[in-house]
Amino acid sequence: METLAAEAKADQLDPALKQKKNSSLWLDSLSRVVKSKTSLMGLIIISLLIIVAIFAPQIATHSPTEQNIIERYQAPSGEHWLGTDELGRDIFSRLVFGARITIKIGVICVGISMVTGVLLGCVAGYFGRWVDQVIMRIIDIMMAFPSILLAIALVAVLGKSLTNAMIAVGIVGVPHFARIVRSTVLSVKETEYIEASRVIGAKNGRILFSHVLPNCLAPIIVQATLTVGTAILDAAGLSFLGLGAQPPTPEWGAMLSDGRSALQTAPWVVMFPGLAIFLVVLGFNLFGDGLRDALDPRLKQ
Amino acid sequence: MLNYIIRRLVSLIPVLIGVSILAFSLMHLVPGDPARSILGEKATEAQLEALREELNLNDPYIVQYGRFMGQIAQGDLGNSITSKEAVIVEIGSRLPATLELTLFAMGIAVLVGVLAGVIAAVKQYSWFDNISMSGALFGVSMPIFWLGLMMIWLFAVELNWLPPSGRLSNDIELQTITNLYLLDSILTLNGEAFVNAFRHLLMPGIALATIPMAIIARMTRSSMLEVMKQDYIRTANAKGLASRLVVFQHALKNAALPVLTVIGLQFGFLLGGAVLTETIFSWPGVGRYVMDAILSRDYPVVQSTILIVAVIFVLVNLITDLLYTLFDPRIKLD
Repeated sequence: METLAAEAKADQLDPALKQKKNSSLWLDSLSRVVKSKTSLMGLIIISLLIIVAIFAPQIATHSPTEQNIIERYQAPSGEHWLGTDELGRDIFSRLVFGARITIKIGVICVGISMVTGVLLGCVAGYFGRWVDQVIMRIIDIMMAFPSILLAIALVAVLGKSLTNAMIAVGIVGVPHFARIVRSTVLSVKETEYIEASRVIGAKNGRILFSHVLPNCLAPIIVQATLTVGTAILDAAGLSFLGLGAQPPTPEWGAMLSDGRSALQTAPWVVMFPGLAIFLVVLGFNLFGDGLRDALDPRLKQ
Repeated sequence: MLNYIIRRLVSLIPVLIGVSILAFSLMHLVPGDPARSILGEKATEAQLEALREELNLNDPYIVQYGRFMGQIAQGDLGNSITSKEAVIVEIGSRLPATLELTLFAMGIAVLVGVLAGVIAAVKQYSWFDNISMSGALFGVSMPIFWLGLMMIWLFAVELNWLPPSGRLSNDIELQTITNLYLLDSILTLNGEAFVNAFRHLLMPGIALATIPMAIIARMTRSSMLEVMKQDYIRTANAKGLASRLVVFQHALKNAALPVLTVIGLQFGFLLGGAVLTETIFSWPGVGRYVMDAILSRDYPVVQSTILIVAVIFVLVNLITDLLYTLFDPRIKLD
């Protein structure tokens, strides 16, 4: 009876303690991220991207799809800041609206990779034995393909479209999440507090989602941030190959591909979309690197 | 050691079977009728039936897979739908071009990446460290198809220094032996062809090498920093060994292991990245072949090429693992 009461008391205390500990960990990390110049730069780039995407109609000087053949391939000028493309569309305005698509790509691709990967990794690591064997062999098989090639092959069978490109890029990102989560789960599940919650009769689902998973959060977040960059690069690559976004969508990779034929006469059509992709990916990489150092101070030199 | 190699080879079997199932299933994941999707909307029912018959699509799935594997065991990868040629022949004629490009790119990536990483670690926080690590961060964020196009614009269009596409100029004669043009021109002592092939390789090679180079440089730096903190390095320095000897003989040898893993993994990236690079530079390799096959819905070609690339990648990873033991005898094989 006494032990039960003590347990109940501990149970009551536990959430508060956990809250305090968690918030200080995250707050500490956040302040470390902001203090680092490089990750702050990443944060600024990402914020800019989001602002541009939200206020696209206000920022854009022209319609992103309006054609004006007479004004095709115009060099950057006061009227068209970054010039015009093969159909006389304003490149700056297309880039601005393309920011929305880029964010959509980042969120959806990483969402697919993360949810599937975390779920598979958790189940494999927690239940072990044949479940682990089966899941990890499937992951091994997926990792036997170079990721962009697997994505290309998936789009080839699913059909060319931005949605299918995002699904494909999302799928090829699954193994990384699954592996990271599995290894963290393996180490966490041997700890005493997991044993304790099993002793008080917590069910697998509860142990997994309220005790094991929160401890995997830091590596998952770091991986997610770094994966956004790769996902944007891969999806842009697919669009560049003509497998992703279809015209007249102002997707950056597709815009770049459209400008290829005019590389000699109008290099700006290719230059600016690529520069935009590069900057955004750089932003996510800077921020992700900073986040990793902040959440795992042991790695910091 | 032999035991270990055999065990590793055996453990590859389930992965390879899985890879073959995945590659085989690609055609069957096509929504609707694969025959319809290959021939298009206008095909008649008779044409569709003929193609289904030709590709054995009417047989049960498992029978089709069995036949697919049986053919592979005999070295037959089927025939292309568009050109009717044997896929194995077509891939065979294009593989050297891709191999030459990827090996060249890997050479640049390892040479520059490892060197930059070592110097950055030895001179931590110096201007070289800052510049090379910023460069590496730029490198991993680079869309290589854009980099390739920008290089073509600058070096081929504006400056006219390098050829924009292809492997060899039309007016150059080269007797081919291995079909790796650089190697062939050396073997036949053909200086003109060597220079020409090298100039063609330079831009696609650098474009393809960018991301692996950046990743290798970062990995080498952090791995070297880790090792340089160890006691035996301090001892080596204290007993007055030349610092170059300490860095390259003592430190790099021990820092090499994680770098080796990264290099092995990057090989897969190169094989994938070759699709983009070959498309941009009109490089007549496997990457462009698979891309053309995808666009014309030539599924047998897509299946086989993807299978071959995956097998190569798996084998490269196996070799990487085996090389570990050479670099680090401490790794237990059993």
